Amino acid sequence: MGRTSTFLLSAAATVLAGTMPALSAWQPQKPIEFVATAGPGGGTDNLARAVQNIITKHKLTEQPIVVVNKGGGSGAEGYVYGKASSGDPYKVIFGTSNAWQQPLVSKVAFNYTDLTPIAAMAQDEFLLWVKQDAPYKNAGDYLKAAASGEFKMGGAQSKDTDEVLTRMIEKAGKVKLTYIPFKSGAETAVQLAGGHLDSHVNNPSESLGQWRGGTQRPLCVFSPKRLPQGPKVTASEGWSDVPTCIEQGLDIKQYEQPRTVWLPGKVTPDQAAFYVDLMKKVQATPEWKDYIEKTSQVDTFLTGAEFDKFIKEDLEHVKQVAGEQGWLVK
Amino acid sequence: MDNLGELLHGFSIAVTVPHLVLMVVGVLLGILVGVLPGLGAPNGVSLLLPLTFGMQPVSAIILLSSMYWGALFGGSVTSILFNIPGEPSSVATTFDGYPMARDGRPTTALATAFGSAAFGALVGVILITFLASWVAQVALAFGPAEYFAVYFLAFASFVGMGGAAPIKTVVALAIGFAIAAIGIDTVSGSVRLTMGVDELVKGVSFVVAVMGLFGIGELLVAVEEEFHARAVSSKIDWAEVFRAVGRLPRHGVALLRSAAIGCWMGITPGGPTAASFMSYGIARRFSRRGRYFGTGEVEGIISPETADHAAGTSALLPMLSLGIPGSATAAVMMGGLMIWGLNPGPMLFVDQKDFVWGLIASMYVGNIVAVALVLLTVPVFAALMRIPFVVIAPLIVIICVVGAYSVSNSYLDVVMMLGFGVIGYLFKKLFYPLAPLVLAIVIGDKAEDAFRQSMLMSKGSLGIFFANKLVTCLIVAGIALLLLPLVLQLARLWRKPAVPAADTTAQEKVII
Repeated sequence: MGRTSTFLLSAAATVLAGTMPALSAWQPQKPIEFVATAGPGGGTDNLARAVQNIITKHKLTEQPIVVVNKGGGSGAEGYVYGKASSGDPYKVIFGTSNAWQQPLVSKVAFNYTDLTPIAAMAQDEFLLWVKQDAPYKNAGDYLKAAASGEFKMGGAQSKDTDEVLTRMIEKAGKVKLTYIPFKSGAETAVQLAGGHLDSHVNNPSESLGQWRGGTQRPLCVFSPKRLPQGPKVTASEGWSDVPTCIEQGLDIKQYEQPRTVWLPGKVTPDQAAFYVDLMKKVQATPEWKDYIEKTSQVDTFLTGAEFDKFIKEDLEHVKQVAGEQGWLVK
Repeated sequence: MDNLGELLHGFSIAVTVPHLVLMVVGVLLGILVGVLPGLGAPNGVSLLLPLTFGMQPVSAIILLSSMYWGALFGGSVTSILFNIPGEPSSVATTFDGYPMARDGRPTTALATAFGSAAFGALVGVILITFLASWVAQVALAFGPAEYFAVYFLAFASFVGMGGAAPIKTVVALAIGFAIAAIGIDTVSGSVRLTMGVDELVKGVSFVVAVMGLFGIGELLVAVEEEFHARAVSSKIDWAEVFRAVGRLPRHGVALLRSAAIGCWMGITPGGPTAASFMSYGIARRFSRRGRYFGTGEVEGIISPETADHAAGTSALLPMLSLGIPGSATAAVMMGGLMIWGLNPGPMLFVDQKDFVWGLIASMYVGNIVAVALVLLTVPVFAALMRIPFVVIAPLIVIICVVGAYSVSNSYLDVVMMLGFGVIGYLFKKLFYPLAPLVLAIVIGDKAEDAFRQSMLMSKGSLGIFFANKLVTCLIVAGIALLLLPLVLQLARLWRKPAVPAADTTAQEKVII
């Protein structure tokens, strides 16, 4: 009996001594939960499931991963859950810039400071879309026509990224648009196809099928330079053929939607470092490149000070727009 | 007849040994998640999704959609046997299915439900086969005003055709609207009615509400009435399965009417829930045995089940051709499409013919497989009814608690579920109808969003609801149904041979 336990002890010591220096300081010891702050099928959910799939396929961690959807309240459900799980390194929250934008404009019971930022992984671009048979060929014509003040702009959610961008267009283009919020970008795209709206500002993946199907087309992209060369979307055009909005005289240099990854608050730096490292490994796989291409996003990776800087800048910007519109919650 | 050729090509893809095996596996898994508490089709499909990443898209969608059919059938089992609807769309099945099962005829109830569901699904698939391109056009015509009009029609049909006193129906609807308003509001983005409870920001889940209202509520009533601690004596009777299915053609009118309602609501994106409720309400008004509805009438099972499956099937079309998922499960499948590298949208029918027609063909075969499998298992499920009430009652409580908790792993949901149980009990005792309450919880916030989106579009003018033929017809039909009870009452008061139709038009003119 005594000999057995001594043996076991020394065996354990050997194993520990062997593994400790090789791996980073903290390793997960039980299953990990990925919390998507969106319903099944949306962009955030797709990201969480793609990352889960890549980690499992390449065995980047020994522990199993489950994806749960907490998309209630425009994502607030998931962030509140993250806040309530303070100190628990087995909950990874997948979201967007909602994490810092939503607390500004509605009375939700969380702030991004309640969470530990891990990384911003991919950036979704925004484009200005109109119906296929609309008379205007570029952003300049669109703005001229919109001067009538009768234009209806659709978007996903209220006081969120789409509406912020709409208000920026109003200001830059000196027009007045009626913003109509829907539940999702996909729903908005269908409303434009049916002629119930004049335009929307969907991400590429939200309107890709509609563009190919010839129900709507992009006028310009809100990005400093044109999108990277890729396969053609329609018979003659691909994403790189879409001009930037600045080229066409709509002076909005850059507007992007980062996909963000968080841990709950009060986790140790070791634990955060493990996930930063894990996400970096995910990004190095061919499956990730494939995912980025299929969803027409831009591959970026911001973490640490860079990510903080990005949040602060975006926050200042949104605060300004929200302040002008009188959206800020007291 | 282009479509027919494509369909035959689709069959050549769907009817292969590996795909048939996938269908059987999918259907069996589906029945399992449908019957198990708190799982349901959306969860089942998302659990299975990662397994499909390595598959051919067409094999993957066949597996997932077969699971969906299985889960829909499985969900009816719990509705009928235990009064616990697994999906919003099977709520209406409980109204007559559960009384019939409790009456000692669970086999008949289940077989009737499955038979009519299969008929509904078949009509839905045939519609998709022949009208694919046309159907997509109809859905495009639906803007916010048209959406609101469809929801309005569903609500109005309950006031006008429901069995309860119209005023009680209105009260139940109003309470449902209030519950649906909890959480973040789409149009203003602000948080409403959370009363300081942070967790309520996510809103009230439908599952939590119905498990309490139906499962626990019914249980409380049963306990109070000392619901005979006896088991229902149901023999395992295979022949009854076939007899019940064989009797279906006698209700041909109800079947056809319900399938038509289902298809219409599936194409116009009203969805299976509204379809099953409307079909039940209309059947109650027009059936010769309408006043017996709620006590275990055959047509009370046929109508919602047929409409539910007809709508559920035809609703897959808007998902494929337009990218609007008609249900939570469809949304998960759409996520799958994107991951497999396909983009739902009008081009899918041009670019991915093998995929689309393989799927449509698999809907024929998959539904046949599903109905064969469930009919075989009917006697087994029916045998569950022989378990004595003293055993079943605690089991129902466990099912409801686990189900409510597993929605989003939250204790608050369990507490709310029990609270809904008390509401359900009070409703029953005071003869308030539960159906409109549930309908309002499920589509109340959608109706509100649609109304306010319309108001934004028209800058506050109600004229938008009479702007074109489609929306005017829907709204006028809704108003007529809403005023029907009032007109009938007036007619009765004056005790003279009133002509309801003429009165209705007169009333409408005043309103408009």
